[in-house]
Amino acid sequence: MSNIKNILEKYSDKSRMMDIFHDIQKAVGHIDDEAINQIANFFKISSVDIVQTLSFYHFFKRNQSAKYNIYLNNGIVAKMFGRDKIAMTFENATKTKFNSISKDGLFGLYSTSDIGMGDQEPAAIINGVIFPKITTYRVREIVKEFRKGKNPTDLINSFGDGHNQESLINSMVTNNLNRRGRVIFSGFSWEDTVEKLFTYTPDEVIELVKDSNIRGRGGAGFPVGLKWQYCKQSKGSPKHILCNADEGEPGTFKDRVILTEEPLKVIVGMLIAAYAIGASNGIIYLRYEYEYLLPYLKNIIKEAEELGILGKNIKGKQGFDFNIRIQLGAGAYVCGEESALLESCEGKRGEPRNRPPFPVEKGYLQNPSSINNVESLCAIPKIIDKGAEWYRAMGTKQSSGTKLLSISGDVLYPGVFEVEWGITIREILEMAGAHDVKAVQVGGPSGKLIGKNEFHRKIAYEDLSTGGAIIVFNHSRNIIEITKEFTDFFIDESCGSCGPCRNLTVILSKKLQKIIDGRGVENDLIDLKQWGLQMRKVNRCGLGQSAANPILSGLENFRDEYEALIQKGKEYDTTFDLDKAIISGAKAVSRYPAV
Amino acid sequence: MSKPIIATTSLAGCFGCHMSILDIDDRILELIELVDFNKSPVTDIKKFTKPIDIGIIEGGCCNSENVHILKYFRDNCRILVSLGECAIMGGLPAMRNNIPIEECLKEAYLDGPSTYNPEGILPNDEELPILLNKVYPCHEVVKVDYFLPGCPPRADLIWDALLALATGQELKLEYDSFKYD
Repeated sequence: MSNIKNILEKYSDKSRMMDIFHDIQKAVGHIDDEAINQIANFFKISSVDIVQTLSFYHFFKRNQSAKYNIYLNNGIVAKMFGRDKIAMTFENATKTKFNSISKDGLFGLYSTSDIGMGDQEPAAIINGVIFPKITTYRVREIVKEFRKGKNPTDLINSFGDGHNQESLINSMVTNNLNRRGRVIFSGFSWEDTVEKLFTYTPDEVIELVKDSNIRGRGGAGFPVGLKWQYCKQSKGSPKHILCNADEGEPGTFKDRVILTEEPLKVIVGMLIAAYAIGASNGIIYLRYEYEYLLPYLKNIIKEAEELGILGKNIKGKQGFDFNIRIQLGAGAYVCGEESALLESCEGKRGEPRNRPPFPVEKGYLQNPSSINNVESLCAIPKIIDKGAEWYRAMGTKQSSGTKLLSISGDVLYPGVFEVEWGITIREILEMAGAHDVKAVQVGGPSGKLIGKNEFHRKIAYEDLSTGGAIIVFNHSRNIIEITKEFTDFFIDESCGSCGPCRNLTVILSKKLQKIIDGRGVENDLIDLKQWGLQMRKVNRCGLGQSAANPILSGLENFRDEYEALIQKGKEYDTTFDLDKAIISGAKAVSRYPAV
Repeated sequence: MSKPIIATTSLAGCFGCHMSILDIDDRILELIELVDFNKSPVTDIKKFTKPIDIGIIEGGCCNSENVHILKYFRDNCRILVSLGECAIMGGLPAMRNNIPIEECLKEAYLDGPSTYNPEGILPNDEELPILLNKVYPCHEVVKVDYFLPGCPPRADLIWDALLALATGQELKLEYDSFKYD
């Protein structure tokens, strides 16, 4: 176990626990009790403290892992495109059930929440390699080749477009960048931008960003300039810039494309933030699902250091030091919530913090931190370059600039579209080639499910605000089943800290199933609505507060679908069946009652 | 009009909710002026002797007998009230819901540190009720009309609720009587 000792000594800091876990898992394959004890002894903390963090993240393994760990996405879009059949084929080909390892130790089969490949589903991650657009034929081929001892990387049979073909990525993932705009995916010279940056004082940069009126692109839409200003004004040092690349909202994948095509722009964006705020440390929190981009991004950071835009005395500016490291996540949707992201970066369970204090006051390691979305940071260089007025001229009054949309589902051209704010849903559907549309989920599960009568609405903070995930459903899709999928997603991804988010999601999902099974009554619809509204008031973070949104907007916009399934004139219906409920109890004590 | 009739029972509960009923202190004298008690651990009446107005259930359903009694109450009571966390949510007993029933029995009757059971017998007499696959809250088995939360619900809440049900007055729901932190 000297391996583990080396890893521990390399970091010697328990706030780097995530990296320690990743390194141990990479070296040994899993993190067993012995390794846990070794970590506990090294840091002189209890092993339970280690376990509670370790068990929080579903990509960490405590037991012996298989040679090939197959994580198949079980998101709604994957299911729309035949995920269940793929899953069955995997089970048959590997002779393994999901959530277990095959007898020969070759295959481990697991389900995982959205992996950011909504435009190329069904997709799976096998030992870190992304396999998009899997067919049953491909499943049998993959398994057959694995049995011959091939590596997942040997099975890459095509390269995606753009930088996906770079030797450091070499991925089958495609960008599907269907529409470039003038901000994110447009020409950019880092030299000019950095040169221009230094003609401003830090305060002028903040004023410029405020003037541009750019708002956070993760979904909440907090003004970026204001966030920077608060962070600058807060006492404490060093200050930190965190780039939130944990896009986990099902249906969003824009950050994947930004990080593939414009990583340097993001780094320059972070540099500008650091200059404005006076920060010396930067962290990119990269979701584990995008680990395939890690060597490439690390290399970009290295190149940036060589170019002199990262490191000490940047471009000759005495005392302006800024470094960036990448923190890899391990599969937890809630870590996209900024305070949970901080906890995770500090090597703890990704549980949201109570606010106040806000991260801009006490963030990473209790110092002022600005956490910005990848897309927000990527937009900043262009604002410096072209000015606030140029930027404000795009979009609407309250929503300036462009927005990346991740469009998936029943459309001809799924992918990323850079559009100006203010575009209507109808225009979006036309742009992506959607026909026979029944419903559109705007902003992922935590957003809003809208029907035809609202297709005139605009994507803008004045109307429909969104992080950019657009999932389209045609008339062959069942609204209540979609809603249940989303609710189940929240069950999986709840951190468990707040009771209502941990429990009520399960109860709501059961109610939906009851309705799908034709056992629902009018009272169930009343419960769904009342309890759903409670969720908004009683949970600590945005995840919990919005977990019932699919139900609430579904009830509002597709009430007739619910009404059609419930039993009219019946006040109560139990789903309890005594004969079934006693089977296991009777068997456990070898009794065989006549039922 | 004759006095409303109350029946109570404890299913998979700890009798703590019944203790909390007694916690209404001397108001119990007022209560018996207002209502009659029928089947209840308080009276030790085993079977309903007349139709019941208000049935009060403590505890959820963990075995077949609980289910029979709960249905018996539902069939005979005009109004059914779930009293306390276990009746409403399953409560502490429901902690077993994520553990296979075989493991629960093994831990309780075979492997427990204070267990003496050399013959390794699991309770399986025909007379015993059969454990359910999991612990159910009452309203998943039968329709329940009202819920009084708490572990146990505060005596004041019980008193106010009984008073409201017995007299038909509106329930004065004091925030403090169901606030727990």
